Amino acid sequence: MATQSALGGWLHRFTDSDVWWSFKSSPMTVTAAAATFFIVAVAFLSPVLAPHTPFDPATLSLSDGLKPPVLVSPDGDWTFPLGTDDQGRDVLSSIMYGTRLSLVVGFASVVVAMVLGIALGLVSGYIGGVTDAVIMRIADVQLTFPAILVALLIDGVVRGIISVQRHDEIAIFVIVGAIGLSFWVQYARTVRGSVLVEKNKEYVQAARVIGLSPALIMVRHVLPNVTGPVLVIATINLGLAIITEATLSFLGVGLPSTEPSLGTLIRLGNEVLQSGDWWITVFPGATLAALVLAVNLLGDWLRDALNPKLR
Amino acid sequence: MIAFILRRLLQSIAVLLAVGLVAFSLFRYVGDPINAMVGQDTTMEQREELRTKLGLNDPAPIQFLRFLSNAARGNFGLSYRTSEPVGRLIVERMPATLELSFCAALFALFVGVPMGVYTGLYPKHWSSRLLQAVSLIGISLPTFLIGILLILVFAVYLHWLPSFGRGQTVQIGWWTTNFLTISGLKALILPSITLGLFQLTLLMRLVRSEMLEVMRTDYIKFARARGLTNRAINFGHALKNTLVPVITVTGLQLGALIAFAIVTETVFAWPGVGQLFIQSVQFSDIPVMAAYLLLIGLLFVLINLTVDLLYFAVDPRLRSQTGGPRMAGH
Repeated sequence: MATQSALGGWLHRFTDSDVWWSFKSSPMTVTAAAATFFIVAVAFLSPVLAPHTPFDPATLSLSDGLKPPVLVSPDGDWTFPLGTDDQGRDVLSSIMYGTRLSLVVGFASVVVAMVLGIALGLVSGYIGGVTDAVIMRIADVQLTFPAILVALLIDGVVRGIISVQRHDEIAIFVIVGAIGLSFWVQYARTVRGSVLVEKNKEYVQAARVIGLSPALIMVRHVLPNVTGPVLVIATINLGLAIITEATLSFLGVGLPSTEPSLGTLIRLGNEVLQSGDWWITVFPGATLAALVLAVNLLGDWLRDALNPKLR
Repeated sequence: MIAFILRRLLQSIAVLLAVGLVAFSLFRYVGDPINAMVGQDTTMEQREELRTKLGLNDPAPIQFLRFLSNAARGNFGLSYRTSEPVGRLIVERMPATLELSFCAALFALFVGVPMGVYTGLYPKHWSSRLLQAVSLIGISLPTFLIGILLILVFAVYLHWLPSFGRGQTVQIGWWTTNFLTISGLKALILPSITLGLFQLTLLMRLVRSEMLEVMRTDYIKFARARGLTNRAINFGHALKNTLVPVITVTGLQLGALIAFAIVTETVFAWPGVGQLFIQSVQFSDIPVMAAYLLLIGLLFVLINLTVDLLYFAVDPRLRSQTGGPRMAGH
């Protein structure tokens, strides 16, 4: 009972807030949120919803290969509404599984970047001195290079260290790590900036006086006060991370074709594009664009909603 | 001003040294250079002898200095994949990438800035709103997808433009150029649009918001009161004052252009440095990766320096100050 009323109170506070109001009053944002929710839900329910299991070779038949989508051609087959690729894989099911993988990699790499960036930003801002200088100079150097280049380099180095076969097994972790490592700088800089402001405030001094450890002060007292901007960066970076993963997979250095994300699907489709079988490429591409657009719109809205200057 | 330039120069050198250190560590510690040079049947003694001869047993700082001085002379060793000198591989492919990036930058500048000025001057007009919406989609579409869609429409269905390669090129000294043949120019169109589109939307949005800001200021009102023509106000007064952030972003994006050329070159099978780099990542061809990293680092540092110097040319307020420019856009 107590938890229920607490939940009710929390819900009431939320529906009463400025953020919720600005969300409600922007039809574009509501649409974007609905689209994001739809794509995420369908992607994660793909084992249940997908009509085929496209990457189980036992269920494939070459005679189903290169069927066009139902709506544009009489040769279409309702069992494959968006057509099939040259191996006879159902494009719709591939997209559903692929989206799930793209989302997982996107989320995971944002989390890696966020945790790394927050930790380094906290340490850098709170401790200062040489530690701060070293971390921030590394950040400066890394910022000179676009994230995709850093991710490519990390991937290339890992390939140099481990064997090809082993690489395919851990490809997803390599990609998450590479993207995470190439996006941490923005978080670190933001958190450091906020920490520099917060650490001289009285509540932090008070915490120090009662003898709390620096780690505890950073995590329990300083961190909650810097979450707003971090959340905004994370939302905007989610779209970027999904694009980066898709780009790496498209370049053939991301996820292997046995476990294709949207980017891998587009690469596979691109290989047969010259023969005019557009649906293998265009549908995964449209899904990717819709997903990123929806996430970006949400990110833009969140940035404006949490910015008091714009109210 | 001199002090500021000196400080920036020192910073640039520090960045280059850091990049050099990363490239050196890659070159020296990831993958064994000896393995790439000798066959399976070389004995341990022979390998050790070769190691000493090549100086791989020297202390790391000495090896680092040697690496740097070799790099400065364009000597990056042999590619693991093709056994050709890395320096030559890169020089052969550099013109393709530079010409592509140059065309993409021109496209972004000469289409993006006017579009930004227009949408900034008439923000309520339906065509501005349309451009604004299209630009949002442009930012959300990954580069490679734009390239594929362009190929699908203009090469596969309409057969207007080629979908891969540079077409016919003309050799001038060591430089190969696309600009002197019809097929070369035609081959440039789709890749340049693909590569420049993201920068175009970025520039357009930036110029638009800057214009909106500037048009509200007092000196624009005064200029109107003095009876200047709209043209003189819009371009002579307003646009000029949006230039500092535009230069910053263009400069920084020039680096991004060269990096994203990797993607565009892959889509269009464009024989540039980016394609070389992506092949080297796939085969973990460390010498090529290290050389590319150094080259890009040098290019980025030079671009950033040029951008800093351009501030002084553009903004007379900065020339009278002793300190550095207030970094616009940060």
